[in-house]
Amino acid sequence: MAISTEAQSQQEVKLSKEEIQRYSRHLIMPEVGMDGQLKLKKARVLTIGAGGLGAPLGLYLAAAGVGHLGIVEFDVVDASNLQRQVTFTTADVGKRKSEAAKARLSGLNPMIDIQVYDTRLTSENALELFRDYDIIVDGTDNFPTRFLVNDACVLLGKPNVYGSIFRFEGQATVFGYPGGPCYRCLYPEPPPPGLVPSCAEGGVLGVLPGIIGSIQAMETIKLILGTGDPLVGRLLLFDAMAMRFRELKLKKNPDCAICGDHRTVTKLIDYEEFCGIRGEETPAMTDGIQEITPKDLKARQDRGDNLFILDVREPHEYQICNLNGTLIPLGQLPLRVSELDSSQEMVVHCRSGKRSADAIQFLQKAGFKKLWNLKGGVLAWSDEVDPSMPKY
Amino acid sequence: MAVKVLIPTPLRQFTDKRTSIECSAATVGEALGSLTSSFAELRKHLYTEDGRIRSFVNVYLNDEDIRFLDKENTRTKDGDTISIVPSIAGGSPAAAR
Repeated sequence: MAISTEAQSQQEVKLSKEEIQRYSRHLIMPEVGMDGQLKLKKARVLTIGAGGLGAPLGLYLAAAGVGHLGIVEFDVVDASNLQRQVTFTTADVGKRKSEAAKARLSGLNPMIDIQVYDTRLTSENALELFRDYDIIVDGTDNFPTRFLVNDACVLLGKPNVYGSIFRFEGQATVFGYPGGPCYRCLYPEPPPPGLVPSCAEGGVLGVLPGIIGSIQAMETIKLILGTGDPLVGRLLLFDAMAMRFRELKLKKNPDCAICGDHRTVTKLIDYEEFCGIRGEETPAMTDGIQEITPKDLKARQDRGDNLFILDVREPHEYQICNLNGTLIPLGQLPLRVSELDSSQEMVVHCRSGKRSADAIQFLQKAGFKKLWNLKGGVLAWSDEVDPSMPKY
Repeated sequence: MAVKVLIPTPLRQFTDKRTSIECSAATVGEALGSLTSSFAELRKHLYTEDGRIRSFVNVYLNDEDIRFLDKENTRTKDGDTISIVPSIAGGSPAAAR
């Protein structure tokens, strides 16, 4: 069953001679043909995120001739993105991702219409943004946005082609299809912050989002064409190391808060609050956590102050760079807290200041008082004190 | 019943990096109990303080979600596979911890 386009244009859409030549490999397949290619041309697809998943997604949708492609992306290209975000080049570092992605995709296919929305997706703008599109593809990497995208899609009745990754594992499915489950049917609630390691801590094999993003592009095209068996009600699990695909059944949950029989969510909410995140880009600070800047720490160390440096990162991070601290990874802290001396003044640090804030909260509950959070972590240390320290 | 429990990547740090654990259990609940008694650190990631499976973790017996079967009382057979599927969402810099 093809997704019908609520086309604003009542004009008959045709393929030009150039388009016929460009899409010839589609046209000679009975599964696509002229009819299918016209469906692609009329289709309106919005991709959320132009990062690891968004890169192959955007490339293949543009290549396939999806006539109206929207991209929501607010970030700037960083060198560390180039390990996996293959739409960008080294010359793009520092540019806005939305601009760089649009340039790349329109270079690949100048015959389609590409709209970029250089803005964060929020509860205030999601419904408005999604309204003009037929299919939404979720290429984001954080829990609040996943719930936001899902809820907006359910409220508007649009399918949500979902893909997610972690290190070397991926998931893909189609949520929000009529009669099918939504994201909340699978996960009614997000994990509290800190309980599930994030990609930024865990890293990711660059090619993995290339595979999952391509699968998302494939599913989007199948939905547009109305062909094949889309991943509705099927959770595809991919293990890149074992090179194994598995499938689990996803069912619509009759008790689902947003798409179930007795729905309680009827409009978009504050997703950061829902996920327990304060939504700040600077290290999360709660009342009662003292901060020390890298410059001040350096000054105190130079003065000879007796400060214990506790590093709560992972061993492989310590190998990249360290402040000669004592390493106790955050996850091990509860087990190893007895190794620490609460009478000593302690500076706790991690990469950017967030995990160390969590560590301090834990230590405070354990009765420690003389605690400082290194503001900005080793990243800030590299910026402010020792530029020779690599950033990662 | 001899069953295999598959450990997802984010939880392998709590199971000595093992990707799957074999155990003998009559129900899914028993298999998970056996898992968390061998790996105590895993318990708080799978269960709330009042002993319910956390809502961002889904458990499957073969390819069926146990919420739609008999939940933890779902009976197992020899050779069954139990999958633990936590929600993963990566982590864009804004939400990184």
